Amino acid sequence: MTNEQAYKKSLGKYAIGFIVSLILTFAAYFIVTESYLEGMVAMVVIGALAFVQMIVQLIFFLHLDEESRPRIKLFAFASMSLILLIIVVGSLWIMSHLNYNMMEMSPAEKTEYMMEQKGGGF
Amino acid sequence: MWGRLSLDALPDDIVTIGGVVLGAVALLLVVGLLTYFKKWRWLWKNYLTSLDPKKIGIMYIVVAVIMLLRGLADVAMLRAQQAVFATMESSPISADLFQQVFSAHGTIMIFFVAMGVLFGIINLILPLQIGSRDVAFPLLNSISFWLFAAGMVLINLSLAVGEFSTAGWLAYPPLSTLEYSPGTGIDYWIWALQIAGIGTTLSGVNFIATILTMRRKGMTLMKMPIFVWSILGSMALVVFAFPILTATLGLLTLDRTLDTNFFTSTLGGNPMMYINMIWAWGHPEVYILILPAFGIFSEIVPIFARKKLFGYASMVIAIIAITILSFTVWLHHFFTMGAGANVNAFFGIMTMIIAVPTGVKVFNWLFTMYRGRISFTNPMLWFMGFVATFTLGGLTGVMLAVPGIDFQMHNTLFLVAHFHNMIIGGVLFGAFAALEYWFPKFTGFKLHEGLGKIAFWNWIVGFMLAFIPLYILGMMGAARRLDSYDPSLGWQGLFVVAGIGVVVILLGVFFQVVQVAYSVWKRKELAVGPDPWDGRTLEWATPTPIPEYNFAKMTPVTSRDEFWELKRKKVDISKPGTYEAIKVPKNTPLGIWVAAAAFLVGFGIIWYMWWLALLGFVLTVGLIIYITLREDTEETLSAAKIKSIEDKAWGRA
Amino acid sequence: MIETKIEIAEKKHRSTIGFWLYLMTDSLLFASLFAVYIVLKDGIASGPEAKDIIVMPLVLTETILLLASSLTCGLALLSFKFKKIRQAVVFLALTYALGVAFLTIELTEFSTLIADGHGWQHSAFLSAFFVLVATHGAHIAVGLLWLLVLIIVLARKGLTSKLERQFTLFGLFWHFLDLVWIFIFSIVYLGGLL
Repeated sequence: MTNEQAYKKSLGKYAIGFIVSLILTFAAYFIVTESYLEGMVAMVVIGALAFVQMIVQLIFFLHLDEESRPRIKLFAFASMSLILLIIVVGSLWIMSHLNYNMMEMSPAEKTEYMMEQKGGGF
Repeated sequence: MWGRLSLDALPDDIVTIGGVVLGAVALLLVVGLLTYFKKWRWLWKNYLTSLDPKKIGIMYIVVAVIMLLRGLADVAMLRAQQAVFATMESSPISADLFQQVFSAHGTIMIFFVAMGVLFGIINLILPLQIGSRDVAFPLLNSISFWLFAAGMVLINLSLAVGEFSTAGWLAYPPLSTLEYSPGTGIDYWIWALQIAGIGTTLSGVNFIATILTMRRKGMTLMKMPIFVWSILGSMALVVFAFPILTATLGLLTLDRTLDTNFFTSTLGGNPMMYINMIWAWGHPEVYILILPAFGIFSEIVPIFARKKLFGYASMVIAIIAITILSFTVWLHHFFTMGAGANVNAFFGIMTMIIAVPTGVKVFNWLFTMYRGRISFTNPMLWFMGFVATFTLGGLTGVMLAVPGIDFQMHNTLFLVAHFHNMIIGGVLFGAFAALEYWFPKFTGFKLHEGLGKIAFWNWIVGFMLAFIPLYILGMMGAARRLDSYDPSLGWQGLFVVAGIGVVVILLGVFFQVVQVAYSVWKRKELAVGPDPWDGRTLEWATPTPIPEYNFAKMTPVTSRDEFWELKRKKVDISKPGTYEAIKVPKNTPLGIWVAAAAFLVGFGIIWYMWWLALLGFVLTVGLIIYITLREDTEETLSAAKIKSIEDKAWGRA
Repeated sequence: MIETKIEIAEKKHRSTIGFWLYLMTDSLLFASLFAVYIVLKDGIASGPEAKDIIVMPLVLTETILLLASSLTCGLALLSFKFKKIRQAVVFLALTYALGVAFLTIELTEFSTLIADGHGWQHSAFLSAFFVLVATHGAHIAVGLLWLLVLIIVLARKGLTSKLERQFTLFGLFWHFLDLVWIFIFSIVYLGGLL
């Protein structure tokens, strides 16, 4: 492959990455603003679109697929992702259970309750 | 201009004033001696501005030892208070001071003693064991050390100017919010840790990059010494856990300075989130401390049992397992906060599971000893002390892992005994073993065996006396962090025993100090060659003192325990050969300046001297820009220079 | 100081790995802020919730601008690789301009909120919103400063191997910030409307 061909190939990769990212962004945007989906389903779909766009950018902008052996960056990213999921999902699980045990008060109710208590000298 | 800084910030109680005077006298003594012996230039050139990891390692250990003395002074005060002063009419240690003392004690011991010693050992040993000449990013290494030192200065400064935190070593809100702790204590705590913590994170990046990219040719991952594997695991924990600390401390700072509502009880905040996040960091932190200690023992046991380490592969798997699992147990630090049975059960089970790979390691060390030719030199003695104490502590840990038991024991002296058991038995004994083992490599003489043995026995007996009573007291319901207990409970006797235990430990420390001093004095009699223990790994394949560049020749490695193999094949590493020029990093004070700028940021924010904080910030940014632009960062040692260094080192000159 | 080709390649590899590892630490930093945001986003006290403060068209514009700047950054690095220096400078300038535009919109968003009495002090939700988004913004600001310094050095010294290495690291940083923004866009802004 000549220099010019290699250049054009790389250029094409960036263009694809950009366009696909754009599409994924608009898709998520309209799903929410036009209410094509709602609630939990919408959240899951938006999450999936975000995840896919992340993969697209990792490959097309950050060239994670072009790394030569040993694939240190890929391994580091995968490890980080695992820990990230454990910490974030774990924290959300824990906190929602703690909140549940706080007598199922909504944050507004909780604030009101705490302010009453505080006024009562606590 | 002065923010909230005023003459009121100076201490007004006799104990603190005494501590400040003592510290000031010690500092003046050091400054005086350096001036009298005209050693400032030598210190500046050979240590302070050096980018040699061996020098940086020594500096870490010096700072850690100084902080150990301060942490022990804190202990003496705590035990004296509970054993003696509590029974008196009034105590010289006020209730408020007591809270500051135990908060300082924990913070200092974990962040500045344990982390300091560990990073010191890693700097000294890691590049050598992978057959490299340096770490991946030498200047970053220096910056990390100086940031650590800046944190140390802040904590010590809080004694003289202002106050320290009274909220324990982790500063839970609401106590740590501005409303309940309006003084400078929490802010000193935050900034000492934030600044040192960034240094730690950068070191994590540095050491992982070093292990992954700078191993000697031929040293595959499975040929690395287990100590190196343990550092890889520990630094992976650093890299993933410390950012959580950075974020959480940052949010607490914002609550205290910019009126945000993360951990407040009103306006929607949630203090429990702080506890969740701080322990998501805090649990990995204790594994950050213990993994290198395990690694140290993996080096020592084969040497003093004269037998290859048993189960290399399972040791590696155990390290990887511990690394991953240490991120899955953090809730066991707050079983009682109310997450309910399901959540508690999950984390309780994970906590028990993580004991398994540790058990694998202990058995592997024991299997290494089995049918070996064991010599009970001090490093091996410390290892055996570790097995006794750490296993005991581990068992109490498995007890605490059961949420039902933890509900009874949480925040009692049982817990305090447990974690001291792990850290003293594990990390500290590991550090002492490392000291005895590697000391001759860097100095050319051994530490006096007999004095070391006396110190060891004092430590072990003192430890048992100091902490077994605490286990009993905890089971009987004694809460932690109290400065006195009702005498009608009849517990005073146990506190007295614990107090005696601390005295015995201090005696042990005294003998260690004497051991070092005496050994330096008698270094000619205690002199040894470059390979005094018949070592197996590459750090022993060097002359003493080790040249700045570590290795003149970078011959590829072909097996595990490479140096052992070379000796078996009768390869003479001291033989002269053809030498090539070697590039080494030039000395630079940039690390000091960056840390000084960071110090200004911290001090400025603590005292509400916003102009100072801004100045520090601008300086930091300016220095970083300067660093990215600097050229001419290395100097070349010519082949002739290398030859003369090598000839002199090996005694051929 | 004469460096061999191997030394240059080794140094670049080491720096890339090191910088990537730093980005992994930054990921956990952002993850912590995300976790805090998700937990506290319902803590609105008597103030606004996400729906009330989000101006979607502006946010979409920001997002496109940042995505575009990530593209132009990549194209700049590509141009450097193929020795098309003049082209690279054009793309770098575009990257800078797009980044500034992004930051301008974000700062306007913040100042409007504060002027409306919805500053970070008024609820846990607002605190979490401001800190998460502003931490990303601060990273962008740092990136823009870094880019400026690099462009100035390029103008004065041309593309040395060291500068090429530093531009590579900048590229990693800039692409990383767009990755984080995907999640801010999705979780904070789109999630806020759901």
